[in-house]
Amino acid sequence: MGSPLARAMGLGSAKEGVEHWWMERVSAVALVPLTLWFVASIIAHTGNDYPTFIAWLRTPLASVSMILLLVALFYHTALGLRVVIEDYIHSGAKFAALVAVRLGCFAVALAGIVAVLRIALRD
Amino acid sequence: MMSNFASKPPRPLSPNIQIYRPQLTSVLSIVNRITGVILSICALVLVVWLIAAAAGPQAYATVHRAIASWIGQALLFGCTFAFFFHLCGGIRHLFWDAGYGFALRSIYISGWAVVIASVTLSVAAWVVSAFLAG
Repeated sequence: MGSPLARAMGLGSAKEGVEHWWMERVSAVALVPLTLWFVASIIAHTGNDYPTFIAWLRTPLASVSMILLLVALFYHTALGLRVVIEDYIHSGAKFAALVAVRLGCFAVALAGIVAVLRIALRD
Repeated sequence: MMSNFASKPPRPLSPNIQIYRPQLTSVLSIVNRITGVILSICALVLVVWLIAAAAGPQAYATVHRAIASWIGQALLFGCTFAFFFHLCGGIRHLFWDAGYGFALRSIYISGWAVVIASVTLSVAAWVVSAFLAG
């Protein structure tokens, strides 16, 4: 028959939620310095022209920080939007929405990273 | 099972959200979620902006013109507030996750602190930006 614990494991709501919950917090902590750096940089660049902005984004600190920001930002976005969809969408669109958010976040993050690399590695 | 339920009169449901008077706690909770969804769209705009920057000066100028328009600036201010609110509200949640600040008094103090800090930081960011722009 198995122990009470063995019969309870894998049932109910507590299957893999801890990992989701924990990674949402880890990405949130990473986003505090990264987003503050980004907003401060954007404010500092108010009114600057295109070459100045590109020269800044090409510096190693700015390129690496921007890529780290994109990774943490879209990871956090994917985790957050997943919970929103699970809470409010109960129709057949739920599965499609969950898949679309996951793939969409991955694709957009990748597009952003490639854009930063194109600027950073340009001759 | 299902047929039994169908033949019975509808069971009483727990009170739904619309009958409750809005409180600071519940309003901040839903605003944190709404600002999170808004910031997802902002993140998408950030990538569009980066792609335009990578594409060249003309594409960058087009995106810049859209942001510099009055509606672009209004939306950007909304994004700024959504960012600072979600940041402050998120830090409040991280303290709760660590086990601090659960007393009712603490919850209200931190709640009002989030409101005041996010409004102040949003306005301060734009004042500094306007000052630097000349």
